[in-house]
Amino acid sequence: MTVQTTRQATAPSRSTPRISWGRPLRWLVFALLLFVFVAPFWSVLMGALSSRALRSGELALVPNGLTLSNFAQAWKTSSPYFFNSVIVAAVALALQISVSTLAAYALARKRFVGAAVVSLLILTTLMLPEEVISIPLFLVMRDLPLVHLKLTDSLWGMILPVVGWAFSIFVLTEFMRDIPNELEEAARVDGAGDVVIFTRIILPLVRPALGTVTIFGFIMIWDQYLLPLIVTNNQKLYTLPVMLAQLRADELSIPNVFLATTFIALLPSMVVYYALQRYFSAGLLNGAVKG
Amino acid sequence: MTAARRRAGRETLVAWLFLIPALLAFAYFKFLPMVEGIQLSFYKVNFGGQNTWVGWDNFRTVVNDPDFRAALVHTLINGVSVAVLSAVIALLVALALQGSRRSVFFVRSAIFLPAITSVAIVAEIFKLLYYPSATGPLNIVLGWFGVPAQPFFSSPDTALGSLVGMQVWKAVPYDAAIFIAGLATISKDLYEAAAIDGASRWHRFLNVTVPGLAPTFTIILTLAIIRGFRVFTEVYATTGGGPAGSTDVVMTRIYKLGFETFDYGLASAASTLMFIVTAVLTAIYLTWSRRKA
Repeated sequence: MTVQTTRQATAPSRSTPRISWGRPLRWLVFALLLFVFVAPFWSVLMGALSSRALRSGELALVPNGLTLSNFAQAWKTSSPYFFNSVIVAAVALALQISVSTLAAYALARKRFVGAAVVSLLILTTLMLPEEVISIPLFLVMRDLPLVHLKLTDSLWGMILPVVGWAFSIFVLTEFMRDIPNELEEAARVDGAGDVVIFTRIILPLVRPALGTVTIFGFIMIWDQYLLPLIVTNNQKLYTLPVMLAQLRADELSIPNVFLATTFIALLPSMVVYYALQRYFSAGLLNGAVKG
Repeated sequence: MTAARRRAGRETLVAWLFLIPALLAFAYFKFLPMVEGIQLSFYKVNFGGQNTWVGWDNFRTVVNDPDFRAALVHTLINGVSVAVLSAVIALLVALALQGSRRSVFFVRSAIFLPAITSVAIVAEIFKLLYYPSATGPLNIVLGWFGVPAQPFFSSPDTALGSLVGMQVWKAVPYDAAIFIAGLATISKDLYEAAAIDGASRWHRFLNVTVPGLAPTFTIILTLAIIRGFRVFTEVYATTGGGPAGSTDVVMTRIYKLGFETFDYGLASAASTLMFIVTAVLTAIYLTWSRRKA
C-alpha cells in the first residue's frame, strides 16, 4: 500500500502472469472494485449531505440538494461520544506506544536473564483472543488486585486493558534489532546512559516503526466494541462506534442525520490511515499474524 | 565479582526496569483474567456469598447445551466460509491490482477503506445496504441481475450468509494487500525459467504463483481461523444472534451467559473451552501446513 510495497511489486510483476486484459477491461475491473468497496462509504457521505430526507433503507450516489445541517444536527447528539472516543484513543495510544517502545528496547538491545521467558509470555497474549477473557476481565476491573482501583464505569477501564499489545512490541523490537551496535557503543564511550541512548539514538531511528504502530494501534483501539460494553452500562461513557446502534434507533425519523453520524465515526480512522499510509506496509504481515 | 558479570547484572536490571510497564499491563489485563477465568470455570458464582465448587459441571452443561452446540456449528460455518471466500477473492483482486501504475496505486489505497473501518461502523453500513425491502440498496443491485429481493439479516435462512458476505467484504482488501506483498517476493527468475520451458500463463500461475504464495496463504488462513472463532462484534452489532438464534455464535452465547443471565461460572467454562479449541486448532493447522511446505 505504500511507496515501498509498490517499488518491490514493480520488478517481478513484469514477468508475473497477468490476465492480459485490454485497457477497457482493466478500467471495468477498477470500476467494479471501487463500486463494491468504496461506493458504500461514498453513499453514506452523499446521503449525509442531502437536504431531501431519505426514506429508511435508501442510499444515494449523488446528493439530493446540498446541506450541512445533517452534520450539524448529528454533531449535537454525537459529540459527547465522539469526545469519549477521542480521549480513549489518544490516551490509550500514547500509553500503548510508550510502554511498547520501552519493552522493545529491553528485548531488542539487552541480553538479560529471563529474556526468553518474557518473549514467550508476550507471544502467549498474541494467541489469546481478548474476547475469551472478557468476563474475568470485567471481574478483575471491578476491583484491581493489590492496588484496589475500580476501573469499571470509567474511561480508564477502556484505556488500560489495551495498553499492553504484543503486536506493537514485536514490530518495534524488530526495528530496534536492526540498529547497528556501533552507534550505541560510541554513545556509551561518550558516557551516555540507557535513558540517553533510548531517547536520543534509538527512538529517532525507529521513527518509521512508530508510524506503523500508531496506525495499527489507532485502528485497533477505535475498533474496540466488547470492552466498552463490559466496562460500563452508562451510555454517557460509551464511545461513538459502540453508541452508533443506539443513535440509529433514536434518529430513525431522519436517516440523513444518522448517515452524518456514521461518517463522523469513521472519519478519524480514514484521516489516520491516509496520513500515515506510507508506514503501513511494515506492519502488514505482522498484523496478519496478530489474529 | 568480575567486571563482566557486574555489567551483565546491570544489563538485566535495566532490561527489567524497561519491561515493568508492559509486564504490569499484561499481568493485570491478560494473565490475571486468564487464570481467574480458568478458576471460575469450576465454580458456581454466587452473588454476595461464597462461590460453590462444582467440579466439571459447568463444562458438562456447556457441552450438552443444544444452543451452545448450534452456536459452535454457526461459528465453524461462518469462520471457514469467511476464511476461504476472502482468501480466494483477495487473490483475484491482488492479481488485478499488482504493478505500479498510478491508477493501480489509487484503486489499491481507495479500496482499503473497509479494512480500516471499525466493525461496529461496518455493521451499521451493512444494515443499510441489506435493507430487506425491494428498494434496499443491495436489492436494487441484485435486481439488475434479475435476482429477487432478499431478506438478508431479517430471515433465519439468509442471515448467516449475509453475515459471511459482510465479513468477506471487510477482509478482502486486507488479504489482497498481503497477497500483493507476497506476489512481490516471488523471484522473477522462476517465471522466466517457466516461460523458457514453454509454460502457458495458466501453467505459470499454477506452478509458480500458487506455490510461491503458499506461505502467504498459510498466514492468511491461520489469521482467518483464529479470527473466525472469536467473531463477536460482527454478529452482536448486526443480528444480535437472531433471527431465531440462526446466527448465534460462541462469543454471543458467552456474552449472553455472562452479561444477561450473569452465570459467570458457565460463561467462563465456555470461554476456557473456546480458548483450548482455538489453541489446539491453531497448533494442528501450523504443524500440518509446515509438514506440507
